[in-house]
Amino acid sequence: MTDISLDTLTTSAARPRRDIGIKKRYAAERRFRLYGVLAIAVGLAFLGVMLTSIISKGYTAFWQTTVTLPINFDEKIIDPSNKRATDPNVLITANYPKIAEAALIEKLGIDPNDKAEVRKLKGFLSDSSRVQLRAIVAADPSVIGTTRNVDILAAANLDSAFKGQIDLEVPESRRKVSDQQVEWMNKLKAEGVMAEHFNTGLFSYGASSRPETSGVGVALIGSFYMMVIVLLLALPIGVAASIYLEEFAKKSRFTDLIEVNINNLAAVPSIVFGLLGLAVFINFLGLPRSASFVGGLVLTLMTLPTIIIATRAALAAVPPSIRSAALGLGASKMQMVFQHILPLAAPGILTGTIIGLARALGETAPLLLIGMVAFVADYPTTPFDPATALPVQIYMWANEAERAFVERMSGAIIILLIFLMAMNIVAIVLRRRFERRW
Amino acid sequence: MSFLLVFAIVLAIGLAAFVAGRQRARSQDDGTVKPHSRAHYHGWWAFLTGVVPAVLFLAAWDIGASAYLNSHIHSALPADVADGTVAHEDLAAGLVKSLASGLRKLDSQTLGALPSSFADLQPMLAAKGVALAPDTQDYMIPIATEANRVSDRLGMISAVVSIGLALIGVGYGLKGISPRARARNNVEKVMLWSLLGASTLAILTTIGIVLSMLFQTIAFFEKVPLSNFFFGTVWDPRFAAAGAGASEGQFGLIPLLAGTLYIAFVALLVAVPIGLMSAVYMSEYAAPKVRAVVKPALELLAGIPTIVYGIFALVTLGPFLRDISAALTGGTPFIQAQSILTAGLVMGVMLIPVVSSLSDDIITAVPRAMRDGSLGLGATRSETIKRVILPAALPGIVGAILLTASRAIGETMIVVLAAGVAANLTLNPFEAMTTITVKIVNQLTGDLEFNTPQTLVAFALGITLFALTLVMNIVALYIVRKYREQYE
Repeated sequence: MTDISLDTLTTSAARPRRDIGIKKRYAAERRFRLYGVLAIAVGLAFLGVMLTSIISKGYTAFWQTTVTLPINFDEKIIDPSNKRATDPNVLITANYPKIAEAALIEKLGIDPNDKAEVRKLKGFLSDSSRVQLRAIVAADPSVIGTTRNVDILAAANLDSAFKGQIDLEVPESRRKVSDQQVEWMNKLKAEGVMAEHFNTGLFSYGASSRPETSGVGVALIGSFYMMVIVLLLALPIGVAASIYLEEFAKKSRFTDLIEVNINNLAAVPSIVFGLLGLAVFINFLGLPRSASFVGGLVLTLMTLPTIIIATRAALAAVPPSIRSAALGLGASKMQMVFQHILPLAAPGILTGTIIGLARALGETAPLLLIGMVAFVADYPTTPFDPATALPVQIYMWANEAERAFVERMSGAIIILLIFLMAMNIVAIVLRRRFERRW
Repeated sequence: MSFLLVFAIVLAIGLAAFVAGRQRARSQDDGTVKPHSRAHYHGWWAFLTGVVPAVLFLAAWDIGASAYLNSHIHSALPADVADGTVAHEDLAAGLVKSLASGLRKLDSQTLGALPSSFADLQPMLAAKGVALAPDTQDYMIPIATEANRVSDRLGMISAVVSIGLALIGVGYGLKGISPRARARNNVEKVMLWSLLGASTLAILTTIGIVLSMLFQTIAFFEKVPLSNFFFGTVWDPRFAAAGAGASEGQFGLIPLLAGTLYIAFVALLVAVPIGLMSAVYMSEYAAPKVRAVVKPALELLAGIPTIVYGIFALVTLGPFLRDISAALTGGTPFIQAQSILTAGLVMGVMLIPVVSSLSDDIITAVPRAMRDGSLGLGATRSETIKRVILPAALPGIVGAILLTASRAIGETMIVVLAAGVAANLTLNPFEAMTTITVKIVNQLTGDLEFNTPQTLVAFALGITLFALTLVMNIVALYIVRKYREQYE
């Protein structure tokens, strides 16, 4: 008896736990969680790296180096034979860069007759001085013969050097700025003559072959026109289509077809819309190439499915009790929709519209096909004039080799991202403030 | 009179009719008869009867008039031009049209004594800021003036008729106003039709896409045999200068298709595991606070335009990978700056939020009971996910992956900037390959003649792309919908 009880006692006290692999299972659990965290970390890290890389390359584009020079509007250079009273062309074709150069020569204290020294100044000041000084003279011809301080843009390479982006350790022959120019630059910097200013030109200039005078001005206007067109066309048409499908259409083959169509259009590659625009709007209807009107139409077709899907969701979210109440009080179905359902669904519709617009603003591929890849230096006055768009401008700069263009490009990306961010924030705020949960 | 001016006049007539109609309905309401519709519905009905027929006429006339003008110009061209090729004739007609629109900028005095040679005319036009192609011929000047006269006459007729139609319509609408008239029903009927019209635009767009590409594709296959396109392994379109004679290019789809699928495959290798895992983590593990921060941050990835990804690949990632590979071998890089790997990686990251938001929806659609049952039997969370939730969600996830793959195939800007333009057939992911979308962009950017195989091939590529993505989307949407029904 004692044997047995002892035996049972010992077994019950020291029975080894059956190994059901709990440790291994918990380890697997922890590993699985870790994979999840890693996945998210990879996504966020990429986002971080991408944004830092672009911002670090692009923020300098918002500053531009200028040289403040006392420009002497020398009559001997502008109008050597004194014919400007009779021939207005003299003031247009005058050698303005030479006055700017003369002012720089004087400032640096170089002997103007030392040809070798003077030649080293080549590429110090931007050639845009021609346009700038001409505008001053054209606005006020009496300035000729006087001296006034003017901010002249430094050439793109000097601008890069001033911002410290050119490695001065590299042998002189392999970089675009000579030692002499760097020395002059430092001298002017010490005198406070050469300095960085906020780059308003980035927002106002159009396309240019010189980086320092190229900007997103034309692209901003083109993008603005397109967004207005998309808003004016896609919002009413999209809302009308959704109202019909959600509130009026009886389920039939036809409405099924429309629905399948809309879902498919939402997933059609954007470049296909570009082909459509090229074949139908430009080739068949004969609308002008490169015009923001055509771009707006193409983007409208592309954005419509997004807006329709969002609007339908917003309409479906309005509870049926509202409908019943309106109908019960004697409203017609049309009155019910337009006076009761639509106002309640408006925040959702607007959110969807803004998100659709943001997508349209960043879209590039279809615009390439309808000829928005154009060198446009002048502001478009109507949506039918040649223009370009912000993302297309970025694409065009991406194909330029010069360092200064990469800077501009990154700056333009920052501008684009700021716009998109602002639109998304507005959408989120709208949703938070006005969306009702029923 | 210009189209817009007439349109504005018609609109103004309509607005006046609205005010008048509303006023008339109000004055008729003396309280003896209960009116059927409220006054503003009468106003709107008068507006619609005035504006709708007039605008429809105006639009139809405008289209008809431009077609008529076109044929008029074509018939007026001299015989030797009209007998030439279609392209030549179209070119001449185009020159006449731009000349005609240029002439409109001149004042009537100059127009009265128009010089007969283009050399004399050009400086006059240039002074008005009109730049014309130098190969505009002298014989085109009378044709252009005649065309302007015809179009003036047509415009005058359309203005008179449409304004007349508007007035008659308004009269009809106003006359019909009486307390028992069913104005509201009439207005609502028109509204319903316009709502229906708006919703058919989706179908029209699809038809437009298919037809526009189909016609150009047929034109392309008249010049290049079908088998050369679909089974050719060499892509060498040989851009030829306009009119330089026959240049036989080779338009093999295979290298482009292979590149497209290869890059999409690499992208999915990146996007699917990462996207799926982050969706699982978000829906099953993450604390609400973490979720509230991380989810919008990941969605931010989806909001960044693809051109930005492309630039990042071109400027930063591509050179970085090349330099790393150069450092590894100590000299020559084995990864090219533009390569399948670069394009696939960046595209994969772009697709992470697509995969994760689609699979998030699908995972949360798995019923709570299945989860609770598994946890109640003692399974750990990860076991529940791996053995219960993911198998249950599998069809939906396959659908999501298909949708993602169709996005990857149709993606343009990333591959344009990061994948390269050389149509190689290679298995090495470190080399450059090109895709269908890149070639569409390449063939159609810049100034081009529209009837060479070199440009038409873009439409054949486009329709291939469209068909490919369409099939994937339909299958994916079908699977997703089917799956959703299963648990609803």
